[in-house]
Amino acid sequence: MSSWTPHLPALQVVVPLMTAPLVVLMGDRRLAWAMTTAASLCALAIAIALVGEVGEQGTMVYEMGSWAPPYGIALGVDAMSALLLLVVAGASTLGLLAAATSVSTEVEHQRQPHFYAAWLLALAGLSGILVTADAFNIFVFMEISSLSAYILIAGGPDRRALPAVFKYLAMGTIGATFYLIGVGLVYMMTGTLNLADMEQRLADVGDAEPILVAAGFITVGLALKAAIFPLHAWLPNAYTYAPNVVTVFLAACATKISIYVLIRFDFFVFQANLTEHDWQFSYFLMPLAVLGILIASAVAIFESNLKRLLAWSSVAQIGYIILGASLISVTGLTASMLHMFNHSIAKGTAFLALTCLALSISRLELKNIGGIAKQMPWTMAAFVVGGLSLIGVPGTAGFISKWYLISAALEMGDLALPLVAVILIGSVMAVIYVWRVVETAYFAKGTGVVAGDTIREAPLAILLPTWIAVLLNIWFGLAPSLPVELSGNAAELLMGHLR
Amino acid sequence: MSHIDPILLALLIPAVGALAIGIAGRINDNLRETVTLVTAGLLAYNVWGIAPEVLAGGRPGLKLFDVVPGLEIAFNIEPLGMMFACLASGLWIINSIYSIGYMRGNKEKHQTRFYIFFAVALTATMGIAFAGNLFTLFLFYEALTLSTYPLVSHKGDEKTVRSARVYLGILLATSIGLLLPAIIWTYSLAGSGDFVLGGILEGHVSGPTIGLLLGLFVFGIGKGAMMPIHRWLPAAMVAPTPVSALLHAVAVVKAGVFAITKVIVYIFGVDFLFAEPSSGWLLYAASFTIIGASLVALQQTNLKRMLAYSTIAQLSYVIMAASILKPLAEVGAAVHIVAHAFGKITLFFAAGAIYVASHKTELPQLAGIGRRMPWTMTAFTIGALSMIGVPPTGGFVSKWYILAGAFQSDNYVAITTIILSTILNAAYFLPIVYMAWFAREPEQDRVEHGEAPLPAVIALTITAALTILFFLFNAPVLELERQIVEIPQ
Amino acid sequence: MEYLGLYNYWIAVVLLMTGFYAVIAKRNMIKKLIGLSLFQAAVFLLYITMDKVEGGTAPIFTADGAGQIFSNPLPQVLILTAIVVGISTTALGLAIVVRTKEEYGSIEEDEIQQMDGQETDSNEGSPKNSDFFVSARKPRAEDRNV
Repeated sequence: MSSWTPHLPALQVVVPLMTAPLVVLMGDRRLAWAMTTAASLCALAIAIALVGEVGEQGTMVYEMGSWAPPYGIALGVDAMSALLLLVVAGASTLGLLAAATSVSTEVEHQRQPHFYAAWLLALAGLSGILVTADAFNIFVFMEISSLSAYILIAGGPDRRALPAVFKYLAMGTIGATFYLIGVGLVYMMTGTLNLADMEQRLADVGDAEPILVAAGFITVGLALKAAIFPLHAWLPNAYTYAPNVVTVFLAACATKISIYVLIRFDFFVFQANLTEHDWQFSYFLMPLAVLGILIASAVAIFESNLKRLLAWSSVAQIGYIILGASLISVTGLTASMLHMFNHSIAKGTAFLALTCLALSISRLELKNIGGIAKQMPWTMAAFVVGGLSLIGVPGTAGFISKWYLISAALEMGDLALPLVAVILIGSVMAVIYVWRVVETAYFAKGTGVVAGDTIREAPLAILLPTWIAVLLNIWFGLAPSLPVELSGNAAELLMGHLR
Repeated sequence: MSHIDPILLALLIPAVGALAIGIAGRINDNLRETVTLVTAGLLAYNVWGIAPEVLAGGRPGLKLFDVVPGLEIAFNIEPLGMMFACLASGLWIINSIYSIGYMRGNKEKHQTRFYIFFAVALTATMGIAFAGNLFTLFLFYEALTLSTYPLVSHKGDEKTVRSARVYLGILLATSIGLLLPAIIWTYSLAGSGDFVLGGILEGHVSGPTIGLLLGLFVFGIGKGAMMPIHRWLPAAMVAPTPVSALLHAVAVVKAGVFAITKVIVYIFGVDFLFAEPSSGWLLYAASFTIIGASLVALQQTNLKRMLAYSTIAQLSYVIMAASILKPLAEVGAAVHIVAHAFGKITLFFAAGAIYVASHKTELPQLAGIGRRMPWTMTAFTIGALSMIGVPPTGGFVSKWYILAGAFQSDNYVAITTIILSTILNAAYFLPIVYMAWFAREPEQDRVEHGEAPLPAVIALTITAALTILFFLFNAPVLELERQIVEIPQ
Repeated sequence: MEYLGLYNYWIAVVLLMTGFYAVIAKRNMIKKLIGLSLFQAAVFLLYITMDKVEGGTAPIFTADGAGQIFSNPLPQVLILTAIVVGISTTALGLAIVVRTKEEYGSIEEDEIQQMDGQETDSNEGSPKNSDFFVSARKPRAEDRNV
């Protein structure tokens, strides 16, 4: 094992990338699923190993083909990327375990190998963004993951998936192109694409104006990809009409990876080289985060489609992540990182529960789930735990990040009170939208159930991954030292680049 | 068994009991109820076994683990919590006996679910009672809210669910919206949230901020039902009567005032708050709640709603007593938690017994009922006297101490409030007692009925007896609670 | 004259804005895609422009080539990759347009929105299976009822 250790960052991407074409060649959908799941499990194992390595030796650097940077492309894994690698590989694995039961109801049998290949490409792309230390490489991986995400979403059984995915494609491409412009401008000024190298060479650049423009392009472009309010328009429909397991996978990690790039780029390259950039960063993102939390939560309260309800909640939760980052303090960034991790577990659980529900109910509308908890007790119990974690009830993962977020907000002096108020109002709104679902499922009379749906508890094969996610919620709510430590290290690393 | 820490055991017994009840419920109803009683018995045995050590000045503690550095799940038994745990675990036995009679007599559905969540709620209560820091307290506080929600919404019809929504909504919103920031604020000010005699905030905060922080705590602990956040309590009256008893006497509201008292004594520190004028509003707010709730209770015609408002008033007695900030008054606050528990559980048991036997819920219907249900109404009378504070009932003892505390600091607001509210209490309880015994039964809704089921009668007789016994034998409780006002050497 | 000398950049900016406008303002899906392609092409031009070195030639190393000036080859390579990405995006977008046409009989977003709106309002006429991988879902009860 030890001789493999230095190659782990590369393998993280190579394994799913190389498995993808093989999966297409598999004629049989079960075989394709098995291979995909094996590759995803392998990726998860690598991610776990990487977390261990990063914990021991700090940042890992891998030079592709032994070409030293800045000429060669370097891969690097530090606390921040290790944490998110865990999220990506974990979400993919849980989603795939659920897919064994769920996908056949949504995707035609002989097309499933293609579906799984797209899944692996998305996994490779997302992991690639996390391991690379090269600005252009990030763009390429981003587009690999986005293109495969479009394909996965378009696989949804509802025809409304098509306009939804088209919107996503248009906005996603604009976002990626904005990012490309930004990178181009920085390259013009520095002649390098390596992030670390950029930071150093920018120090010698006299004219800061193009750099500021570049920072603007990159921030806006990534905000589009990350669905930061008000650039979230693509997200609700795309999540709603995607196949259920795809929603599990993407909701748990896709937007967070864009936020990761946004934070990383800004702190590693720009913060040290632009005067008053912390101020600009903060005052640009904080209002958006606050508006996102309040408005998206309010919309979620009035939403009756369950998947869209959770999608709007995602927009609000992205607000929390951005809010934490915009405080520009160690605690704030820790909260932000931590919330990426915890929210993915919480939202993954909630969407997994919906995936179970979808096996019995053809339309995931609030009025169709009246009293369903009686027939599907395990499914709804899982939803309740996921919901509690979204709210941030103590004992669940969501509470830990909220604790850090409020602590960080309290450090802000004059801003403390309004910020804390926003976080708490958002939490109370979360109580309302989660509880509407819970109450209907447990107490409403089963009036709206569509005739012909036979409701019964989901099979064990899909309850198992759902409940793994549930237990993770509770585990990381009570013993969160791993993500807290990684987030803390990541935050210190980021703050170390501050001017 | 003896190798496991008794604190851990106090949490494990009801938790494991909940599982066992779930399993037993699939086999046989009798088995399920036996398991409930055995669990309750074991818990009480275990909890009461800790008491002598605490009485002797011991402060057993248990540190479970760090959630994150500085934020640990830890338990530490001090006199206040010890008393609360003894009270809750003891009353659980009686309440279970009563539940069996009530739930069977009323042929309620989902009885297994009922017993399971009851046990879970007791786990949470034990956690609150023994919590060693604010974080642990908050954890179990929320667990109690959530585990009682299925109990309150037990009936499951639309009206019940709507009321349960009010219950959950207010309790969750206040705890997340006010209590959580207060806790985090405390942690960031003092660097910890441990309960330490004499408080931890002294020197870290000053001026009006103290009043603000105190407000966040008092209103954030919505279970204390200070006006204007009392609405959840009348709303929760839709629950089955054993649940009302749980809410009013055993766990929920007691957890609220317990937590408030604990915060005042162990986070702020009595002397620190006494020296700080900005904390004075609490006394007025509590007085207002006492008088206001009593006036509302006077206008009620539904027995359980009247009792609910009476509870709101009585809770603020505890808060007011705590906010007098004098040693004797603090003792009075602690004692009142016990005295009110005995009295109020008796009243609720009686109300439930009347409902099971005759399906009567409104006050005018109760005329002449004393002759049909002598045991029940005798107990009701004792409970009512205790609420008013007439000797020889437990209510007298606590009122005595609160008054003594008020005189200690020449606090005329508190004294006036106590006198006024005693008159009001008498004004809404005595007519009922009079009517039940001496009025003629109305002709139009005459129902032939006798006493309630035997388990219910046994339970309410026990609690009525306890109410009187507490007047006579209250020395251990007093002894225990004196310790919270003197720093042990 | 300095600004005129930068005409490459001006063209890139104009192209960029034209494409951006088309993506946002046009309601026809094909036109949107054209806009998107223009938008990307503008960025390609930006990259190509920046690598040009005055008087430079193609970066081919000759044996006696000492002192020769080369254009920077790196942005060209980068943009080759970006072009591939762009083509893939356009191809995928067109595929979605084809599927949309099959499902809705239209590629005008207004009309599609109208159709979807009717669906949610009346809640009948369950949307037909529109799987990107060709329909798979078994007909559900509600489909049969209508």
